[in-house]
Amino acid sequence: MLTVNDLHVHYGSIHAIKGVSFNVNEGEIVTLIGANGAGKTSILHAVSGLLKPSKGEVLYSNINLNLIKPHKIIQYGLAHVPEGRRVFSQLSVRENLELGAFIVKDSKQRMLDYNKVMQLFPRLKERENQLAGTLSGGEQQMLAMGRALMSSPKMLLLDEPSMGLSPILVKEIFTIVKECNKLGMTILLNEQNAKMALSIADKCYVLETGKVVLHGDAKDLLDNDIVKKAYLGG
Amino acid sequence: MDFVLQIINGLHVGSIYALIALGYTMVYGIVKLINFAHGDVIMIGSYVVLLSLTELHVPFWIAIIVAVVFCALLGMLIERFAYKPLRNASRITPLITAIGVSLLLQNIAMKVFSANPKPFPNVISGEPFQFGGVQVGQVTIYTILISVVLMVLLELFVLKTKMGKAMRAVSEDAGAATLMGININTTIAITFAIGSGLAAVGGALYSTAYPIVDPYIGSMLGLKAFIAAVLGGIGKIQGAMLGAFIIGITECLTKGYVSSQLSEAVVFAILILVLLVKPAGILGQNIREKV
Ligand SMILES: Nc1ncnc2c1ncn2[C@@H]1O[C@H](COP(=O)(O)OP(=O)(O)OP(=O)(O)O)[C@@H](O)[C@H]1O
Ligand SMILES: [Mg+2]
Repeated sequence: MLTVNDLHVHYGSIHAIKGVSFNVNEGEIVTLIGANGAGKTSILHAVSGLLKPSKGEVLYSNINLNLIKPHKIIQYGLAHVPEGRRVFSQLSVRENLELGAFIVKDSKQRMLDYNKVMQLFPRLKERENQLAGTLSGGEQQMLAMGRALMSSPKMLLLDEPSMGLSPILVKEIFTIVKECNKLGMTILLNEQNAKMALSIADKCYVLETGKVVLHGDAKDLLDNDIVKKAYLGG
Repeated sequence: MDFVLQIINGLHVGSIYALIALGYTMVYGIVKLINFAHGDVIMIGSYVVLLSLTELHVPFWIAIIVAVVFCALLGMLIERFAYKPLRNASRITPLITAIGVSLLLQNIAMKVFSANPKPFPNVISGEPFQFGGVQVGQVTIYTILISVVLMVLLELFVLKTKMGKAMRAVSEDAGAATLMGININTTIAITFAIGSGLAAVGGALYSTAYPIVDPYIGSMLGLKAFIAAVLGGIGKIQGAMLGAFIIGITECLTKGYVSSQLSEAVVFAILILVLLVKPAGILGQNIREKV
């Protein structure tokens, strides 16, 4: 469903991504793990068009995303929940969700999706009219995910959804990620919480300073000595 | 009675400042640029109204619509060719460009219309209204009414419509807005169009009260509206309205009770005082830098 070939990203003279290739099949959960600065966010940004790769191609359902205008990418069913949530803090929870459905023309469909999201995140329901900036970190993460779901995406890009959350909330969020996957969404998940990510993923790519150093089935990597040492705390 | 009259005069000029201040504040809110050419767009708008009245002989309200359309297009044109190419440049570059566009518009006006002031016809005539013992001219009533209606419409647009929500989203986080499928370029262009269109109405109403048009009328008018926007909290729509009425009323009270020469000095003094206490303006919040 998503194929990235020899991707390079430069920030000025900094060569942040140095030829990364990976592949996500339809229906899979694939996780990119790596330490701070390994390049996980840069890769997602290059996929969803927030930055232009300096080299390489991003193919999504056989469409070359490099040729699509960034704001059009969501129309192909690819939604991105960015790092740090980036909810619109001055807008209400409801308005944030409405913006998630910006491209949905059919108002009936919007209502349907809205109710679905509210079912998935009952906590947002109680806070519909609250400004997003006043939500807790966990609630903001739920809002960011809910906002992405409002466009009924086929594929979700999730950038460290567990960042800064308590273990209970992390579990809750991961349960929802799995649920989205069961509902048919393909998922590409960036994580530093490797243990959690590997427990739900099908495949995993390990990144170090802009390169894939290891990849394989998530189950196998859980037992891999290098991964254990570097990412699973021994 | 005299005091009430001064307040009403203050509301009159204040509502003109408000229409203009909205353009500064909306543009700042979305692209973080102080559009120094905004005042000169108003000046062009006043010439367009004047020409529509004297050459095309259309009624005043049609002249205003012509000016609104003209200025909205001019605003979008300026954004597209002067500011858009600099969107990723350091902040000072577009600021200098804005000053350049301002001078360009003034010089074009000078070439086309000459530097000689042109009289603006008397378009709103009729008996003044009586409120108790206070006489209020029709120009004043119309100006306040039109401005208030436009401000309410703008507020509704920004709060309720899809495009209004998109504008607020882009001004907060353009990247995240892109992920929602919002076209940043269109949204910014529409913001410039609305700001410039409102300024055209402001310019037309200004000319009915101060019936002389020259290539420099935009400078002082623009500056005061800009001060109003900063005073209220730049980027905040309600701040611009509040700031504009404060400036208008202060100016008229100073003219009435202190001295007309001092009115501008007092306006600046208020700005400085408020910024000392609240650097982000009355309704402004401390600016959170974007990552
Ligand atoms: N806007 C930028 N300008 C310059 N360098 C950048 C920029 N964004 C990222 N980088 C650099 O690119 C490299 C990869 O960063 P990236 O944010 O993709 O890593 P990450 O794996 O997402 O890290 P984290 O886990 O901390 O989110 C880092 O060395 C970083 O310093
Ligand atoms: Mg990251």
